[in-house]
Amino acid sequence: MSVRDRTFGDRQAARGRLWQRTLRGGSEAMTRLHADHRNDGMPPPASSISVPEPPAMAVPMHVIRGIAVSPGIAVGPILVLDPRGMRLPPRKIMAEAVVAELERLDHGLEVAGREAEQAEGEARARLGPQYADILAAHARMIGDVTLRNDTRARVEHEQIAAEHAVIEVLEAHATRLERLSDSYLAARAADVRDIEARILGQLIGQRPKSFLDELPTPALVLAQDLSPSEAAGLDPRRVLGFATEAGGRASHTAIVAAALEIPAVVGLGKFLDIARQCRMAVIDGDEGLVILDPDLPTQARYRAAAAERSARFQELSRQANLPAETLDSTRVVLWGNIEFTAEIDACLNLGAEGVGLFRTEFLFLNAETPPSEEQQFQAYAAGIRALRGRPIVIRTLDLGADKLGRYRDPADIESNPVLGLRSLRLSLHDPGLFRPQLRAILRASTLGDVRILFPLVSTLAELRQARAMVRDVAAELVAEGHAVRENLPVGIMVEVPAAALMADHLAKEVDFFSIGTNDLIQYTLAVDRTNETVAELYSAADPSVLRLIAMVVEAARAHGIEVTVCGKMGGEPLYTMLLLGLGLRQLSMPPHQLPEVRRVIRGVRVETARAVAAEALRLETAGAVTSLLESALRQALPETPEPAAPATR
Amino acid sequence: MSHDTTVARRQIEITNSLGLHLRPADKFVKLALRYQAEIRVHYNGSQFNGKSILDLTTLAAECGTRLELEARGPDALDALEALAGLVSAQFYENENGDTIQGRPNTNTEPGP
Repeated sequence: MSVRDRTFGDRQAARGRLWQRTLRGGSEAMTRLHADHRNDGMPPPASSISVPEPPAMAVPMHVIRGIAVSPGIAVGPILVLDPRGMRLPPRKIMAEAVVAELERLDHGLEVAGREAEQAEGEARARLGPQYADILAAHARMIGDVTLRNDTRARVEHEQIAAEHAVIEVLEAHATRLERLSDSYLAARAADVRDIEARILGQLIGQRPKSFLDELPTPALVLAQDLSPSEAAGLDPRRVLGFATEAGGRASHTAIVAAALEIPAVVGLGKFLDIARQCRMAVIDGDEGLVILDPDLPTQARYRAAAAERSARFQELSRQANLPAETLDSTRVVLWGNIEFTAEIDACLNLGAEGVGLFRTEFLFLNAETPPSEEQQFQAYAAGIRALRGRPIVIRTLDLGADKLGRYRDPADIESNPVLGLRSLRLSLHDPGLFRPQLRAILRASTLGDVRILFPLVSTLAELRQARAMVRDVAAELVAEGHAVRENLPVGIMVEVPAAALMADHLAKEVDFFSIGTNDLIQYTLAVDRTNETVAELYSAADPSVLRLIAMVVEAARAHGIEVTVCGKMGGEPLYTMLLLGLGLRQLSMPPHQLPEVRRVIRGVRVETARAVAAEALRLETAGAVTSLLESALRQALPETPEPAAPATR
Repeated sequence: MSHDTTVARRQIEITNSLGLHLRPADKFVKLALRYQAEIRVHYNGSQFNGKSILDLTTLAAECGTRLELEARGPDALDALEALAGLVSAQFYENENGDTIQGRPNTNTEPGP
């Protein structure tokens, strides 16, 4: 069975059934996969629902679990990058060669600097200003006077080769930075090593993106971490996917991978030592897994899943212009969730009618200081313009204090950040952070159909306070002579059970609801889904969650306001019928999920969906709901394109 | 090298909440580079080149750190005036944090 078929089936359940996990060592999330040998490696006929059987024969492979940051499946040969980059044996030069060596050094620095500037320009167009600024700083570092003086001094007095002088000087700087207690500056060591690689690339005739040139065929890149310029230089045609030991959801690599749509898993912990002895791997960017040296059946299964996935995606993408309309002609509005302006194209190509969730965190992460009002304005304006009048819902900062530089004092460290100063709470607590963001959004609001969304609202008082601040900022802007859109729609994320329970009151004071199912599930079931030991409890199908969603939809209907689901559940086809049946007519999801969800919508009747939802609400457990949804989906859409011969329907 | 050298010194205090991080350091260097004067930053008995971003980031000056700026050269006074202004304006990092080139400072000569 196509177990990787992310589109159908409860992933959590499939995962539990498929893999027997044995944790080796306390923290090391190393698991062994027991492969399914039933089919001798032949891809089985695809089916819409994965029904894996118990493993027949166990062949150990290394399966490492990390954080899935960019979806998709990649199978192929691997290239393991040396974590310390290029290392060279020291080379002495003759006294009479010093002058020439100094020239070589200057030339290397100059070309490397120009190259960084060029990379900056490309990054600005391709990845946006946030990223380009990092590369701009690199260019400046390469041109740094201390770097030049110190390296020249070493060449002159110690008569060592230029590349060696560069290594000595920059390694010393990187080490000094790493030793600083300050984590922001310590992270700059990566930038220093990055420019080191770039300069060495010039001096020893290797391109800084050398690892790309080493790729004999398209390959999976495995690394300790990717430097900013390596990440920005990834070419999706040659890099099939990548996996890193370090990094989190907000790392450079994660951000770039998602923007380029390369499957990626980060935060895998130490695994390169094992990987070096392997030849190929699977990167599963859906589940956050890396499988080293998969056996043939596993490879075949993943290849089949990848092929099926891509054939199906292409087929479904061709239907992007068909309306998301049920068999009984009920229209559903589909929107995209995005992080970067660059993703808007994907949304529109896949038939999104707007952006239902424009996250703004990327502006704040990876930055030493919060972005200025002007930087934010430019970022929002770019998104709004790219949508050419279609709606865009901009969500204000949804980060915990722990993720922001301004609360780095140990005294501010919270014992329980998930229940602490985060999202709207942080914004209200810190007007110096919130007001520039509101000003930027309000200024940009005249450029298109902008709506503003507050995350993590728990009480009416918070909502009122936030609205008051919007009014205040609007008045301030008008007084300064700025144009501000009147009656800018204001909505809230319903993602705390308190807000769902109070939805009838909240509905009177907002223009729309957006149900954030990820947090709603987490807070309702009191479970952290990244915690493996309790992750089984985390389920969108839990009846408690369904009841809360039903309450929110009812409150919205009673007060005539719009309601959207923008959490993960909204993009999973398994739940599409259920959500339709509960009364939702707007869904917002990552762009690549639009085709499948549209297919389900076009294949069902609202009355059937209503019956499914009504029955789901009567059930007692998540498992029962999941079974019901699986069987309902199978009944409604029995046919699924074969991977070998894509359907021509 | 330097003949006819004006030397100027001035105490400054880092007051932006994040201290002298990469971006502020970058702004400082960019501004310093507009002057002929040599710029030195004295801190904890060491001196750092005010025109080097590598030097300044290793300085790791946090909010509240007091530094001594020293400038040597014909435009030393102007340079110190401009740099002290940048520091006391908290590197324009706050609410309306324009970048330095977006906000031509009245003190800055259009440098080479």
